[in-house]
Amino acid sequence: MTTATPAHAATASDPARVRAELTRRRTRPGDVAFRLALQLCLLVAFAFLIALISFAVYKGWNRLDARLWENMPTGRASRAAAAGVQSAITGTLWVIGLTAAICLPVGIASAVYLEEYADNTRWYNRLLELNIQNLAGVPSIVFGILGLGLIARVLGLGFTVATAAVVLSLLVLPTVIIASREAMRAVPRSIREASYALGATRWQTTWRQVLPAAVPGMATGSILALSRALGEAAPLILLGAVTFIRFNPDSLLSSYTTLPIQIYNLIKEPQAEFQELAAAAIVLLLVILLLMNSAAILVRNRFQKRW
Amino acid sequence: MVRRGRRRPGERLIETLLVVAAIVSIATTMGIVVSLVVPTVEFFGHVSVVEFLTETEWTPLFSDKHYGVVPLLVATLWVTAVAIVIAIPVGLGAAIYLSEYAAPRTRKILKPVLEILAGIPTVVYGFFALTFLNPRLVDLWPSAAKPEFQNLLVAGIAMGIMIVPTIASLSEDAMSAVPHSLREGAYALASTKAQVSTRVVVPAALSGIVAAIVLGVSRALGETMIVTIAAGLKTAGVPASPTEGAATMTAYIAGAGQGDLPVSSLEYLTIFAVGSTLFLFTFALNAISIRLVRTFREVYE
Repeated sequence: MTTATPAHAATASDPARVRAELTRRRTRPGDVAFRLALQLCLLVAFAFLIALISFAVYKGWNRLDARLWENMPTGRASRAAAAGVQSAITGTLWVIGLTAAICLPVGIASAVYLEEYADNTRWYNRLLELNIQNLAGVPSIVFGILGLGLIARVLGLGFTVATAAVVLSLLVLPTVIIASREAMRAVPRSIREASYALGATRWQTTWRQVLPAAVPGMATGSILALSRALGEAAPLILLGAVTFIRFNPDSLLSSYTTLPIQIYNLIKEPQAEFQELAAAAIVLLLVILLLMNSAAILVRNRFQKRW
Repeated sequence: MVRRGRRRPGERLIETLLVVAAIVSIATTMGIVVSLVVPTVEFFGHVSVVEFLTETEWTPLFSDKHYGVVPLLVATLWVTAVAIVIAIPVGLGAAIYLSEYAAPRTRKILKPVLEILAGIPTVVYGFFALTFLNPRLVDLWPSAAKPEFQNLLVAGIAMGIMIVPTIASLSEDAMSAVPHSLREGAYALASTKAQVSTRVVVPAALSGIVAAIVLGVSRALGETMIVTIAAGLKTAGVPASPTEGAATMTAYIAGAGQGDLPVSSLEYLTIFAVGSTLFLFTFALNAISIRLVRTFREVYE
């Protein structure tokens, strides 16, 4: 954009030459240094990312095999080399599956209300919006306190898969709402107006026109929200997930552990075998997250309409 | 004449359901406030507010009990300060590069890569800080007083990188919202690109940049797993230097919450008192950040 601008103004017979003249830059040492400093900033971030991933792969390499799909043996210190993270994998599937089942319908319905139904000049709708923005900034451990104080104890759900899923759902709800609203906002007004003109009701318009058009955007946002829930450990620490669980959950009211929590437990163990297993579990977790993120990007690039 | 459409019986029901869904988020906020306030009030029935705020020892889980939140606050501030010292230059530098220097195609590749950093679970950062960064930090440490096995410094470094994407992407949004005419005006006066970036774009986007930094600080205050793993759960007096290991507010909550503390014992109530303190800090910072973002949106959009 900067190179085109000066040439733009010029009215010469040979625009190409004028452009070359105008954009020929004296290289000042200060400018070069500034540019290098900026690139260095990005380099620091990327170097950290590469170091982090390669260290986990390097350290966990020996344990990245079928043993991951073992369960924690009972005499765990003596049989560290045979230990795996099966209960954490199944626990993660249970918790995230239930989280998706709770937070997606609620989140999308809230977004539909705010985007299609609510009168944005009303104070209560503005309050609702402000509340969602604020909720998005509440630290995840505070959601753990909500789970501990109200959901586990007062509602009596205890330290179960259900409690964990409810807490994680509430945690990522703002993300789902914000992403879904953006997707719906991108659907042009004219489509809604055409639908109304044909006599459709508000819900018919929403259900048959707006939502189908917004699905790719909502799917992308939802996958990203769920991948955040998947990597979250802090609230679950308060919700009884920290004990070494050696069995797979079999109902919504089972006790559970998840991958991030199991990784945290393994890091605390003194044996080198457990550190390796932690690294292997980290690689597994990162691969799952990478797949989810790629799916999100794929959905966005393939299905998103440009209006 | 146009006849007013029949009201389908389902319409009303659907609207009610949507409203109920929207109320869930309000209920969540209220639930958070209630679950924090009730036990906190009970806590302050046993411990005076003055003791909580001025006492310099935090040992509720020991036999000699002291309930001063200052050590947890200071540990939190050390980690946050280290994180911010790293994240501001790196995040802003990345944002300026992406917004002003990178070609659209380069930006399209670099931005998602930077966002991967935001998607990495914080336990992974903690593991990396503890088992990779810290041994190297100890090796390179110039003086004989080496950092401890778990310390606030290394947790702060990892956290700094963690909040880089937050600061970079919000600042970049603010910089992209600065109208081209301002840049063009500066170029017309023969400014160089570096001058335009630092003297025109950054000042014009300042409210957005400050909002990004405030949000980054708020993330850092509320982050739990990195500090729990890399800075440890040790509580006692005020940490004098970031090379010590000490529990931050979040780490204390996570540590105390792991044990099976008897419900409504004073130890159990400390979780909520510290939680309320944390919530107040992050709430204030988020409110500031939301307000600042609104300011820059109003100016240029």
